[in-house]
Amino acid sequence: MSIPLLAVQRVDKRYPNGTVALDDVRLDIESGEFVSLLGPSGCGKSTLLKMFAGIETPTHGHLRWWGGPFATVGAPGRRLSFVFQEATLMPWATVAENVRLPLDLAGVPRREAQARACEALEGVGLGKFCAARPRELSGGMQMRASLARALVTEPDLLLLDEPFGALDEFTRNRLDSDLRALWQRRAMTVVFVTHSIQEAVFLSSRVVVMQARPGRVIADVPIDGPAARDDDWRISTPFIEHTCALSKRIADAHAALQIDEDSEVQS
Amino acid sequence: MSGQTVQPLRIARAAGETAGAATTAARERVPLLRRPGVARALAPWCVGFLMLGIWQAWCTLGAVPAYLVPSPAAIVQQLVQDWPMLFASLLATLKITLLAFAVATVLGVAIALLFVQSPLIEASLFPYAILLQVTPVVAIAPLIIIWVKNTTAALVVCAMLVALFPVISNTALGLRSVNPGLVNLFRIHRATRWQTLVRLRIPSALPYFFGGLRISSGLSLIGAVVAEFVAGTGGSGAGLAYQILQAGFQLNIPRLFAALLLITVTGVLLFGMTVWLSRVCLRGWHESEL
Repeated sequence: MSIPLLAVQRVDKRYPNGTVALDDVRLDIESGEFVSLLGPSGCGKSTLLKMFAGIETPTHGHLRWWGGPFATVGAPGRRLSFVFQEATLMPWATVAENVRLPLDLAGVPRREAQARACEALEGVGLGKFCAARPRELSGGMQMRASLARALVTEPDLLLLDEPFGALDEFTRNRLDSDLRALWQRRAMTVVFVTHSIQEAVFLSSRVVVMQARPGRVIADVPIDGPAARDDDWRISTPFIEHTCALSKRIADAHAALQIDEDSEVQS
Repeated sequence: MSGQTVQPLRIARAAGETAGAATTAARERVPLLRRPGVARALAPWCVGFLMLGIWQAWCTLGAVPAYLVPSPAAIVQQLVQDWPMLFASLLATLKITLLAFAVATVLGVAIALLFVQSPLIEASLFPYAILLQVTPVVAIAPLIIIWVKNTTAALVVCAMLVALFPVISNTALGLRSVNPGLVNLFRIHRATRWQTLVRLRIPSALPYFFGGLRISSGLSLIGAVVAEFVAGTGGSGAGLAYQILQAGFQLNIPRLFAALLLITVTGVLLFGMTVWLSRVCLRGWHESEL
């Protein structure tokens, strides 16, 4: 078996106040997968994603990127990008300048960076808005700009933290479709954090279900849908079956948790 | 065919024009004073003129002697009469004010940049910055005037000390008030300390910095006048404070008021300048200037 792109080895995250955000998490993510981390708020899925990005460290355990430490990330073929819950754009800069930022920080020449930024904006359907300021864009368009900024470096690993959670359902569905198409077109690995079962089933080749208090992985479900997914997939029988199975799995885990808590209260 | 289609179009356009003219007429029928923008702009002027009118009437009708309260007309008359002398003093005070403002801005930003480098630096230096703020300039001005030989330099130092703190505290606050998501983004893309400062911290700090400048512009003028009072320097480089002191001694109260008027007008203009600067720099992206 080949080396996984991301390996999470017995990772714990405990905060000084006693909260256990992650408890003994083990997970391998293979190159080219589209993995969703699915779970209720407080299950540590965002914390885990931030560890993937190197901006959060585990209390115990190890993470491996391409078989090595985080320091090896960033080399050609090992690039990583992150999309936040909010668009997180710099309000003083134009949309193109925002998208260009990762290239500017890496020292890519100005002209090349500008061209690549505009190309990335075309790719997300914002070609006409290069010179606009972020606040002139709608919430969905700002999120597209944020996505373009993540894609401009042509990442090998794309991490998304509930990126479309604040958008209305129609906009979110459209962005989900676009994201899925982008993943198909390019050879990249995607880890997508969400609390929406439908979104996870629609997008992923694999759904990792997490549970809160303490945050741990309770199920790891492959989604064997078609490669090209559109709105037809949303109303297909396998989609609904997967959604129901996952709902039941999460509800059972939640019920078990509730019983645990009740017995704790009684004792 | 074309003739048939043109006809209704023309009618439609004519109808649109009449409708447009009607709305314009309707807009014109609103009295000038009833428009919210006009009323807002005129209101403070009206209050001002009303007060001046009352003041003038009180002085004239009550035959108030000019050495107690001069009438506005007498003040303006004195201002015109003493213009060469008062203008020279105004330039002297303005020079001190602008130099102090410039030094306070540069020094304040430098200190704020130093503060945000590490919490330890800030913790060790911030109490002394507060000390600077709470010490009355009148109390330390005599010392500074003794220590610093050059009078202009001494006055600039005094005024600068008054204007410095708002720049430091506001800029430091701004440099720390950075969107945490953007900080993480910069970390993920392995930005250097310098890149994060120039591309993220400084632009984020601008609105706060300009807030500090607004306060400091007025304070540097106050500082300059107070320092002149303490120094009491006369001669060719005499500032407006000296003119006020002299006019007081000579019971030339209209001149005192004329000098006071020049100080207030200068203060308002300085404030307006910083507001304009802030508008130019923040226009298009910051909520305060939309």
